[in-house]
Amino acid sequence: MSMVFAPCLTETAAPTTHAEPAWSPYDNNGGTCVAIAGEDYCVIAADTRMSTGFSILTRNYSKIHQITEKSVLASSGFQADIRALQKNLDARHQIYQHQHNKQMSCPAMAQLLSNTLYYKRFFPYYAFNVLGGLDNEGRGCVYSYDAVGSYERSGYSSQGTGMQLIMPVLDNQLKSASPLVLPLQKSTTPLSEFEAVDLVKDTFASAAERDIYTGDAVEIVIINREGVRRELMDLKRD
Amino acid sequence: MGSVVRCDRYPYVTGSSVLGIKYKDGILLASDTAGCYGSTVRYKSVERLKRIGDNTILGASGEISDFQAITNLLDELITEDWMWDDGNKLGPFEIHNYLNRVMYNRRNKFDPLWNSLVLGGIKKGKKYLGMVSMIGVHFQDNHVATGFGNHLARPIFRDEWKEDMTLEEGVKLLEKCLLVLFYRDRSAINKFQMANVTEGGITITEPFALKVNWELEAFRNPTKGAEGSW
Repeated sequence: MSMVFAPCLTETAAPTTHAEPAWSPYDNNGGTCVAIAGEDYCVIAADTRMSTGFSILTRNYSKIHQITEKSVLASSGFQADIRALQKNLDARHQIYQHQHNKQMSCPAMAQLLSNTLYYKRFFPYYAFNVLGGLDNEGRGCVYSYDAVGSYERSGYSSQGTGMQLIMPVLDNQLKSASPLVLPLQKSTTPLSEFEAVDLVKDTFASAAERDIYTGDAVEIVIINREGVRRELMDLKRD
Repeated sequence: MGSVVRCDRYPYVTGSSVLGIKYKDGILLASDTAGCYGSTVRYKSVERLKRIGDNTILGASGEISDFQAITNLLDELITEDWMWDDGNKLGPFEIHNYLNRVMYNRRNKFDPLWNSLVLGGIKKGKKYLGMVSMIGVHFQDNHVATGFGNHLARPIFRDEWKEDMTLEEGVKLLEKCLLVLFYRDRSAINKFQMANVTEGGITITEPFALKVNWELEAFRNPTKGAEGSW
């Protein structure tokens, strides 16, 4: 057995104590993500600012990644982990396509994402994800996650540094009946696509006022039966 | 007694900021040539800008020995690419992607390469400029900077950088930022290098100095507008 002495340990110290580490494997690069599910569309949006500490690294970094024809992943948190997670899911989706000769459905991707995150339960991906898309019936679906894979399907969600500013606004504008009340009500919003996009723009403009990590621009992706389209709206750059 | 896993490491000989900008014909990188051993400027002729293949340049701040390990890795990568002899060469985007994976995987093993890397190049007319940190955070932009450059140079870039600058304008902008860094970063010295990559090839300048003026009015009474500060 070999012995390696860490700088500040004495011979009699318990072997499990560590010296103060000089670096952290994690960083929070900030940003906010939102998704709203409609009858036959889904809106997924995220700001384009990437920060570290009190500095802005870049004003146009996309946090949105389209994994399949019908699912779009928006993630905020630690950018290196997010990029690795996106690549991981892309690779798994490629294998799925080879094996099944079709694309993964959004609910299937939702489960895969959860499993992928939990796989690293003891060294997590520091990624706060919102997955949006169309389910097998063509209805909008939104899944939101914590860093270790716990997830839930809902009608709308937000994650990231501006989450606490945006979620109450979405609750106020979009809240549907509780899923505990029977008969089960649809969780998708009755709003039109245009109204939902408008709401998303308003929420980001509000979040950018008070959250220092949210700003520069918001990238909005809309999936419906025609396909995928993108909009970009400028936000305050301070 | 069992073994203790090292999860902390410290850099020993470090380089300060690296700056990078896109301009009309390609990419410009700039850095000073200091290698500091803590608060001592131990080495004054450290080349922190390197050419990779013939369409990419790499600049590094942080631990110099880790940068040397990275250049070794890239030499192997470029050699293997050249040996394929298939009419295709790795471009700046591919090399940046490779470095991103290397840095991220080392971070995953809790044994990081203690560098912030700036990578720029041009392939088939398309310009590319990117950055990757020691934990794998990476992005591309029209202008990048590491370390103190993020705080001192980026704001100047945001104000004065514009699309399609000439080589003279680009050099002038970088020299302005290098001067600011020399004034304000204590680990910078007045000995710089610049690297330029265009479709025509790569040039790395011989070390040069900039004209310094310590008699600037703002240095004379620095707390004039803010009593109580220093």
